[in-house]
Amino acid sequence: MIKILNVAYKNLLRKKTRSGLTIIGIALAAWVLVSLLGFNKGYESSLNRDIDNLGFQMIVTAKGCPYEAATLMLKGGTGLRYMPQNITEQIAREPEVEAVTSMLMQAVFDPNKGESGGYSAYLGVDPATFPQMKSFLEFKQGKWFTDPDALEAVLGYEAAELEQREVGDPLLIIEKNVEVKVVGILKRTGTQDDGTIFLPLNSVQKIFGVKDELTGVGIKVKKEADMVQFEEKMYKLPDVQVVSLSQVKQTIMTLVSTAKVMVFSIALIAILISVVGVINTILMSVMERLQEIGILKSMGATAWDIFKLIWLETLILCISGGMIGAALAMATAKLTEVLIRQLLPYAPSGGLVQINLSLIILTFGVVILIGLLSGVYPSWKAGRVRPLEAIRSQVE
Amino acid sequence: MKENGQKVIEADHLVKIYRRGSEEIAAVNDISLSVKVGEFVSFVGPSGSGKTTLINILGCLDNPSSGKLVLAGRTVVDHGEALSEATLTKIRREIFGYIFQKFYLIPTLTVIENVMLPFTFYKKPGAENDVERILKLMGIDHRKDHLPGQISGGEMQRVAIARALVNRPRIILADEPTGNLDTRRSQEIGDLLKGLNQKEGLTIILVTHNPALAKRADRIIELRDGKIYAPVHA
Ligand SMILES: Nc1ncnc2c1ncn2[C@@H]1O[C@H](COP(=O)(O)OP(=O)(O)OP(=O)(O)O)[C@@H](O)[C@H]1O
Ligand SMILES: [Mg+2]
Repeated sequence: MIKILNVAYKNLLRKKTRSGLTIIGIALAAWVLVSLLGFNKGYESSLNRDIDNLGFQMIVTAKGCPYEAATLMLKGGTGLRYMPQNITEQIAREPEVEAVTSMLMQAVFDPNKGESGGYSAYLGVDPATFPQMKSFLEFKQGKWFTDPDALEAVLGYEAAELEQREVGDPLLIIEKNVEVKVVGILKRTGTQDDGTIFLPLNSVQKIFGVKDELTGVGIKVKKEADMVQFEEKMYKLPDVQVVSLSQVKQTIMTLVSTAKVMVFSIALIAILISVVGVINTILMSVMERLQEIGILKSMGATAWDIFKLIWLETLILCISGGMIGAALAMATAKLTEVLIRQLLPYAPSGGLVQINLSLIILTFGVVILIGLLSGVYPSWKAGRVRPLEAIRSQVE
Repeated sequence: MKENGQKVIEADHLVKIYRRGSEEIAAVNDISLSVKVGEFVSFVGPSGSGKTTLINILGCLDNPSSGKLVLAGRTVVDHGEALSEATLTKIRREIFGYIFQKFYLIPTLTVIENVMLPFTFYKKPGAENDVERILKLMGIDHRKDHLPGQISGGEMQRVAIARALVNRPRIILADEPTGNLDTRRSQEIGDLLKGLNQKEGLTIILVTHNPALAKRADRIIELRDGKIYAPVHA
């Protein structure tokens, strides 16, 4: 028994060149679609990762309090103001907040440092939240603290060089006369973290006797949140100042959404072109086969049978095109990436074109939809052909 | 089967009018006739006399402008009003096998696939058991895995006839089936039709310009200007 699918397939074989060209058209559309969506996804996630690498996009400090070790040192280790520790919980309750981490900065003058002495900055961080927030920090040696109350230190890359410490070495906090153990040394980050000595928050509070007080709270804001509005909200807290990267993030996000609109328009145009191509091909083959369709109907094919036949032909074209296009996109992902990198003014690090299963499935969905939609009109037209037309047209 | 004189086609005052601008052409002009089960009827007549128009109406491929048509006891057209297209499709596949001047074989399907193509859409129970026999009867069983491009015109028409036969039709409608064939092949087709009529008891309605072929029928009806001119009993 010969199935309607087989008949549809064999019909397509009759005009190999035309079917082939149509498939290529769809394949190109699918290729563009997969590549662009893959780029869109890759670009966005790379960008998000870059933004995440900032750790937190906002720091709330007590008013007038220097928020960077460098500033603190310039001010000669003075000017530290405190906020009550419970402010962290208060901030965490805001709906825009994804994560918060409490910090306490302390500085000690070390007369043996350098030629004429210098300040050592100690940053007490919460071992439960800080490493997570700064998950991009990598260790050259060792790891984070073993215990929230441990007398342990993690050294930034430069701090370790300066202090000439290795993991396992002791580190003396001068003036307080407390010795802590170096448990980790970070890789270079190119940020102020490189010069910082990290200690567990509890330990810093204990060593320096500033119980239940903080100098800063790092805030990671949700991606979709309105940073500017949130910033204003933070300023309403008593006696704080807000340092934020909102402008930067906002700008990047605007860039991303512009890119998105562009990407989707291109994909849409590609789809439209292929739809027109498919309709054209199928309509042409229907017109050429009017007589034959009439014969099929005289054999007992119903309008629906003919509709199915022509629709299947359309679907076969679209699905084969989709498969070729998706394969092409995967094969050329690296090439596409190189091309895009050359075109973009700012390209984040990491893979720019990400093609995964769900994207392929999505593309197939779109391609099948193209087939279904563009097949409707020709199929309907074919279904309406009256058997008579076949016989009549032979009179001419 | 022949002795049973039941009427399978009853046409009553059929008229088909075509309009060409303001001009009206009665391609079929008040034709009444009946065909009995197992009869072999030929329609002859000059070009444009309405043969094709008439058998298209008889075969439910076209609707008359007025008149009545009863097929196997079922009224298909009454006062020029036909049944729905869906019902007509059912009646067509139930009763008729059509053969045309052109063969309309699908070039990418083999002979056997072309012959069995009607089963894709509709199959009478048990019809598949006849296929081998029909192929043999048409003398194309040794060609069944060939593509249409690899066989002769006469063989192609025989494939088309086989295709018209697989669903066990009661009436074969053939409109100039030998129009594309030479004398020898035409004669072969004539033999086949005659055989189908005599051995299988099939009712056959044939339109032809070929007098020798027309003479194979039990009855020849001549049309002129859309009217029955002289029913000649063979
Ligand atoms: N669709 C149509 N529109 C208008 N006039 C038509 C149409 N079909 C047929 N006719 C006219 O009806 C008349 C009968 O045509 P028909 O095809 O039935 O003749 P025929 O006897 O089969 O001729 P032939 O032997 O050449 O096949 C002719 O005058 C033809 O021009
Ligand atoms: Mg004719």
